[in-house]
Amino acid sequence: MNNISNKAAIVGIGFSGFSKDSGKTELHMICECIKAALDDAGLVPPDIDGIVKHSDDATDEHSVTSSRGMGNLTYFGENRWNGAPCAMVLRAAIGVTTAAANYVVIYRAVNEASKRRMRGSSRNMAQLDTGDLLQWTYHAPFGLVSEAGRVAMIVRRYMHEYSINSDQFGWVTTVCREHGAKNPDGIFYGKPITMKDYLESRIIVDPIRELDCHEETDGAIALIITTAEKAEKLKQKPVYIRGATQSQVAGTEERKGFYRPAISDLPEMKHMGERLFAMAGVNPRDIKVAQLDDSFAPLVPMQLEELGFCDRGEGTAFCDGGNRIRVGGELPLNTSGGCLGEGHIYGVNHVLEAVRQIRGTSSAQVSDADLVLVASGAGGSTSGLILGGSR
Amino acid sequence: MSIQYNKEHPLPTPPMIWENMGFWEGTKEHRLVFQRCKECGTWVHPPRPACPKCRSFEKEWAPSGGKGTVYSWATYSESPHPAFVAPYSVVLVEMDEGVRLISNLIDTKPEGISIGMPVEVVFDDIADDLTLPKFRKVG
Amino acid sequence: MVMEYIPGIPILRPYIDLDNQGFWDAVKQHKLVFQKCKDCGLFVHRPRPMCPRCLSTAKEWVPSEGKGKVYCWVNFVYANAAYPGIKVPYPVVVVELTEGVRMISNVHGVSQEEIYIGMPVEVVYDDVADDLTLPKFKKQEV
Repeated sequence: MNNISNKAAIVGIGFSGFSKDSGKTELHMICECIKAALDDAGLVPPDIDGIVKHSDDATDEHSVTSSRGMGNLTYFGENRWNGAPCAMVLRAAIGVTTAAANYVVIYRAVNEASKRRMRGSSRNMAQLDTGDLLQWTYHAPFGLVSEAGRVAMIVRRYMHEYSINSDQFGWVTTVCREHGAKNPDGIFYGKPITMKDYLESRIIVDPIRELDCHEETDGAIALIITTAEKAEKLKQKPVYIRGATQSQVAGTEERKGFYRPAISDLPEMKHMGERLFAMAGVNPRDIKVAQLDDSFAPLVPMQLEELGFCDRGEGTAFCDGGNRIRVGGELPLNTSGGCLGEGHIYGVNHVLEAVRQIRGTSSAQVSDADLVLVASGAGGSTSGLILGGSR
Repeated sequence: MSIQYNKEHPLPTPPMIWENMGFWEGTKEHRLVFQRCKECGTWVHPPRPACPKCRSFEKEWAPSGGKGTVYSWATYSESPHPAFVAPYSVVLVEMDEGVRLISNLIDTKPEGISIGMPVEVVFDDIADDLTLPKFRKVG
Repeated sequence: MVMEYIPGIPILRPYIDLDNQGFWDAVKQHKLVFQKCKDCGLFVHRPRPMCPRCLSTAKEWVPSEGKGKVYCWVNFVYANAAYPGIKVPYPVVVVELTEGVRMISNVHGVSQEEIYIGMPVEVVYDDVADDLTLPKFKKQEV
């Protein structure tokens, strides 16, 4: 397959501490993160000639370059929706492997908890997406106006088809919080929960509980991507991009695809996984750690099934008791804590953690973590990565 | 228990555009219609420019029998929007024609809802110029 | 020849955040300040988190002399291409201050026929609302 596999690498990481109130502007956080990522990689600002950002990010590339003394850009653009994080890495990899740019920085900065934002959050419960005709016309008049509600509709059907009790989703949050409790940069450092806490947490939209939902967070992350050849001359051990893809299939909507044959599966995730494994030349058994989209806990077992880590309907059984998904188990998940246990940087923190795992610097390190899978955008357009310590 | 509206806050109302006008004009006259492909007969909802099966642009508004079953549902215990008074349930109904639509049930408490429950359409004139299709339990 | 705001139409307000608050707080007190890098001494406008020259985040608000020259200007004549809350015609100027920074503003007491590039100007303060002051410029007294 003629593709970008093994031709690009993540070479620098920078992140703010995650918190409920950063006390800084999003632009300030991102400037500090880019500085940290450059220092980490052993690069200087004029080396950067490409920027990839998220379309919801209020900090644009002009403000970033004018604050950071960067050089001239030859490559810039943005990705959309929840499935953006891995897609941003893919876009950066495309840029460097085609020589459109030499060093591309990707970033995400959100003051979502403190609301110190220029633009409102797209997840703001009362704020509707005016650009979205499906949402406005056929869902909103009936009160289906929040992300939690739309996910709840999918989860109810999943529970029905596989005879799952919603209590079982609690293991996902419990293990994420267990990992997050070890992460000094996360908002739940030293704050694990028990299954009892989960079961007692209030219902937000039945069947979704409060502890099924990601925690709104202030924070920022920057990552630097370059070619594998250039990566090998830099300061850090390169984290090679073995596989990277996006996926949309017929009937995909952003967590409102209620009109396709089945709504309890994630066909975009399945399609993405098949392509990802083929590209990287590995199979699910080779993956040592996975960072899955845990913006809502019940989406995690669904992803385990679609990505081939277990059979259809077996995802919650896989998570039961937590032993198979915690560090030391056969497939440790979301080792930084993820969106449920570290902070909700819209899944870019999952890419960051994958890099830390391969470098061996995670606060919940898995031994021999030489192949890590990252998935973003469960329930809508997806993107995924397989990152490796060797190529 | 029907959904309660907070009259002080405007309800999010659907924008009428060319492609969905027939659906909302139908409900205003207390008729439930769905887009149907004139070429291959596929029922389509939500409305769109072309048939997803045969790609034909030839389509019509065809009357629905108004009967279906609950395919999935979710219950808001806290209101996500000031126009809606919690608790309330939102249902995804699968019509006998095969299409699905988001709606609310009238006169059914959340405890009474189950997947597969047979329902039929009723019309809720929530404003002078807007009628929403809702559902009630059959039998 | 003072800019005329039309009652009933809101004046567009600055988005004030932690990076630019010092500038707007000073203006409210009829003072003009600019961000200056504590490490390399560079004056910076618009305010931002880091010095674009040396990347330092150490910065301070330093009073401006308030004097400069018109660097460029335009005149909004056609109402449909202008903000409806301001009576046309109204000139908008780019002023280059003696500190080396540039800012967008309006002129006071100067007709459009009198404006020219290089015209010496000095700051004045326009209390456009109870809680909003904008820094504007008048012709410098010789």
